[in-house]
Amino acid sequence: MAEATEARDDLLRELVAHLRDNRTELRQEWARRIGEAQLLTALTEEEIFSEATSVYDNYVEVLETGSVEALRGYARNLSERIIPRGVETDEVLGIVLLLRDVLSRSLFKKYPDDFNRVLDVYEPAANRIANTVAINFVTERERVIRQQQEAIRELSTPVLQVRERLLILPIIGVLDGQRARQLTEQLLRGIRTNRARVVVIDITGVPAIDSTVANHLVQTVDASRLMGASVIITGLSSEIAQTLVTLGVDLSKVNAVGDLQGGIEEAERLLGYTVISGTAPEKTEDRT
Amino acid sequence: MAPDAAERIPITSDADVVTARQRARALAVTLDMPSTDQTLLATAISEIARNITAYAQRGEISLEIVRDGTGRSGVKVVARDDGPGIADLERALTDGYTTGGGLGLGLPGARRLVDEFDIQTSPGEGTTVTLVKWNRSA
Amino acid sequence: MAVPILKQGPFLIASIQSALTDTDVLQLRDDVMAQVTRHRSRGIIVDVTSLDVMDSFVSRSLQGIARMTRLRGAETVIVGIQPEVAFAMVQLGMSFEDVQTALDLEEGLALLGA
Repeated sequence: MAEATEARDDLLRELVAHLRDNRTELRQEWARRIGEAQLLTALTEEEIFSEATSVYDNYVEVLETGSVEALRGYARNLSERIIPRGVETDEVLGIVLLLRDVLSRSLFKKYPDDFNRVLDVYEPAANRIANTVAINFVTERERVIRQQQEAIRELSTPVLQVRERLLILPIIGVLDGQRARQLTEQLLRGIRTNRARVVVIDITGVPAIDSTVANHLVQTVDASRLMGASVIITGLSSEIAQTLVTLGVDLSKVNAVGDLQGGIEEAERLLGYTVISGTAPEKTEDRT
Repeated sequence: MAPDAAERIPITSDADVVTARQRARALAVTLDMPSTDQTLLATAISEIARNITAYAQRGEISLEIVRDGTGRSGVKVVARDDGPGIADLERALTDGYTTGGGLGLGLPGARRLVDEFDIQTSPGEGTTVTLVKWNRSA
Repeated sequence: MAVPILKQGPFLIASIQSALTDTDVLQLRDDVMAQVTRHRSRGIIVDVTSLDVMDSFVSRSLQGIARMTRLRGAETVIVGIQPEVAFAMVQLGMSFEDVQTALDLEEGLALLGA
């Protein structure tokens, strides 16, 4: 058994040596095939060459050492760099498999009569490499996508401060439970940061809500009150009002005003401003 | 990386409940759990731990990190006591509309704060409440 | 850990510094009542800014304090509930129907008419 292992090790050393000695020409062949397959079109030729060199060296190192540690680190690093450039998963997997094939063919040319033995040594490593690179790339991509989704969600529920102590939260589009919850968290933090005493939540742009979202809305009102802010809801369509009533929401708890303009005026009233039409509002009470 | 072992906190006084909450929060932090969820978890622990100190001689809260098949991670809390057990479990799990419904044991409230909730109890045999709060995927 | 209670004119300010055990809460209630009576205070602010958790027991106790002080002619205002704590309280079903709340000490004093 020990003899077989030693023979394997010897063969492996030979393969690694062959791949190192023929590095330049094999790398070139690989780059050619990458171009032929029209992969990595987002990168320049120099970039492809530079990455190809690193990938090649990492590849051979995995064959030699049996460890994918260094490869993993490189794959993560590579993913971080190329994902923003728009490189797709199939391209990354594609080039790794092409390299596998290029090296495989080269080894076959050298060991035509012994190829099965060569494959026994080469295949497991080659498969681990493809696996490692793919997984790292996909993981990084998923992380980026999650980040982007988070950013989009934040953008679509902006909390605006328009006057001292007054926050406006215009909601546009369909609300789901997750978005509603995020909205609540953002609003509550906004109340603290802006020291808001009144919040106007405008749902004119929301077509419909389900019971989950209705509950979130009520919870938002209650939680805002706990932080000392009163909430005015504007743009409550009769459809949504009906939904809320059907769901058993106590609408008398909710301060609803027809439209956003009306809501802001009501808010200013609550804050102690009086509005003289045609001029800017002036404060009648100073509550500080 | 060492396997995730359960951390056990004996509960004999309400100061221990505070410790349990803080340790749970610390575990949640290692998982990068959003801080809102950390607070929900800590609050749920506070709710159920009170039953230990109020009604039982001895109790224990164990905390551990758990993972499911999809790669999600979370914090699992098991609160055990050797108290009298809950005779009318159904009522205990029913929300009153006034604050402190459910026989005042805080169970319905705690259940709302977490993702998984289980309770095993019988008169004379103590109570075990198990909670899991999963890490929210974005 | 006893909660320090400061007198500011006709008002009392109780600042909770750290996590409260149930015993601390009951102690707070007794101390507040004693001070309100002694100073004939018109209002009391309970500052919970430092609390990272407010469970149903603490919430109910604060409501109890508010009711009791009202019987003595003093209004209680709870200030400093943090966003996440407010969120958790609402999930728990605690919404402080008959207790006044304000964002912070400054707002609380304004509410009391300071």
